[in-house]
Amino acid sequence: MDIQTIRQDFPILKRQINGNPLIYFDNAATSQKPRQVIDAITDYYTNHNGNIHRAIHTLSSEATDLFEQARERISKFINANTPNEIIFTRGTTEAINLVAYSLGCNHIGGGDEILISRMEHHSNIVPWEIISKCSGFTIKYAQVHKDGTLDYQDFENQITKKTKICCLSQVSNVTGVINDIKRLTKVAHDHDALMLVDGAQSVPHMSVDVQDLDADFLAFSGHKMLGPTGIGVLYGKKAILQKMAPFQGGGNMIKDVTLNNDKCNISWTELPWKFEAGTPDIAGVIGLGAAVDYLQNLGMDNVFNHEKELTKYAIEHLKDHKNITLYGPTDLSQRCGIIPFSLNGFSSHETAAIFNEYGIAIRSGYHCAQPLHQIFNLPSSARASFYVYNTQAEIDRFIEILEDLHQ
Amino acid sequence: MSSATVTDYVSRIEGTCGAESDVIVNFKYDKKDEAIAQIMKKAQLKNTLAGIIFELTFEDRSFRLYTSGKAIFRGFTTKTELMDFLAKLLL
Repeated sequence: MDIQTIRQDFPILKRQINGNPLIYFDNAATSQKPRQVIDAITDYYTNHNGNIHRAIHTLSSEATDLFEQARERISKFINANTPNEIIFTRGTTEAINLVAYSLGCNHIGGGDEILISRMEHHSNIVPWEIISKCSGFTIKYAQVHKDGTLDYQDFENQITKKTKICCLSQVSNVTGVINDIKRLTKVAHDHDALMLVDGAQSVPHMSVDVQDLDADFLAFSGHKMLGPTGIGVLYGKKAILQKMAPFQGGGNMIKDVTLNNDKCNISWTELPWKFEAGTPDIAGVIGLGAAVDYLQNLGMDNVFNHEKELTKYAIEHLKDHKNITLYGPTDLSQRCGIIPFSLNGFSSHETAAIFNEYGIAIRSGYHCAQPLHQIFNLPSSARASFYVYNTQAEIDRFIEILEDLHQ
Repeated sequence: MSSATVTDYVSRIEGTCGAESDVIVNFKYDKKDEAIAQIMKKAQLKNTLAGIIFELTFEDRSFRLYTSGKAIFRGFTTKTELMDFLAKLLL
């Protein structure tokens, strides 16, 4: 990949922050957008805006084509069996909520268990906790080692015949630890449990093949993969989605609504629209389609390898630095482009404020993963995270600032 | 006596996400230089980091001031307490 050519596609990278060129290391929170994505959204609103489905006029027809074509391309991007397995949501959070509410209100109840890991983002913990209060199922939490890697033995041991679904991120949003989803999905299926994968930090950065993983659900967000905010995807196996009740009700998701003597009869439309109530974020879907095209042109293996190289370079230069403490596994094969750290003498928020003075964007806090910070015994952490447009020169600048601060 | 208020200088106050009790005070862009000058005049400079971050103390409280227009405070239990402190620093 020619990184300098890629950088030309991202207008925001030309910005100056506090008199310095922007160095954007907050990609785990959200990614920047290439001109191709911005243009796709602008073109939609400029030339094709209309509400999708069930209309005769030209604009509606064009908008529907663009919308459904994007679904097809996203489906191929993760190797789904059919575009009908792609449900558009507002993001990973809503995708997980969809599964939690649909299964939790109809299929999982008292006496049942679900299994979650302690490294999860709050979005893969809180929806299940909320539903468990109504439905009465038990939530179990699998252990994580001190270096942030999953305790596979504990995860596997906690899957029993009572387990209805296992919920696990493919990549941790705090440490970049990569979990072996295929291995754990097999164990879950051996116990007749489903597997839901939080792909928010994996789908943007590596090749993800849902048929190879064999997971039942995969949730991911558009804005972390060069696409717009407010759009995300739930992949689900068709046979499972067909059995599930809708999450939200409204227009677009019904076949018939009839009233007979004040008794309302409703039938749902087919997949995927059964789960897409109301007018969707049409521009967001079209923008996400353009982002997927952009990533596919780069090649996901190239994206992954580039970020691996950056991570290796950064860790090699930072691991023995006297002013910084790194978290996460030392074995680089287990992690990708996310580096949590502490700067000696500064809180994570002060650290982020300091780097911002130099035009470097990093994130601070719990990163919506407080249980993992409890394991690390940290009040919070600073986090640098990389993407396709980042360079070794930017990491050099980061290290140079560390030196400046402690002179 | 000046009729200026803290809100003339401050655009946003945010509690941070984490177990620390840090509070980030962002100054209004067009008032940040004035705010920084006022604070530098009243608080005691303990240290300067790379010429852009100032470690200061005022009334036995330490905090850091950033030249881009923000300050990070710690240990305030209520917003009123912080606002009173800011008033003494800024007005």
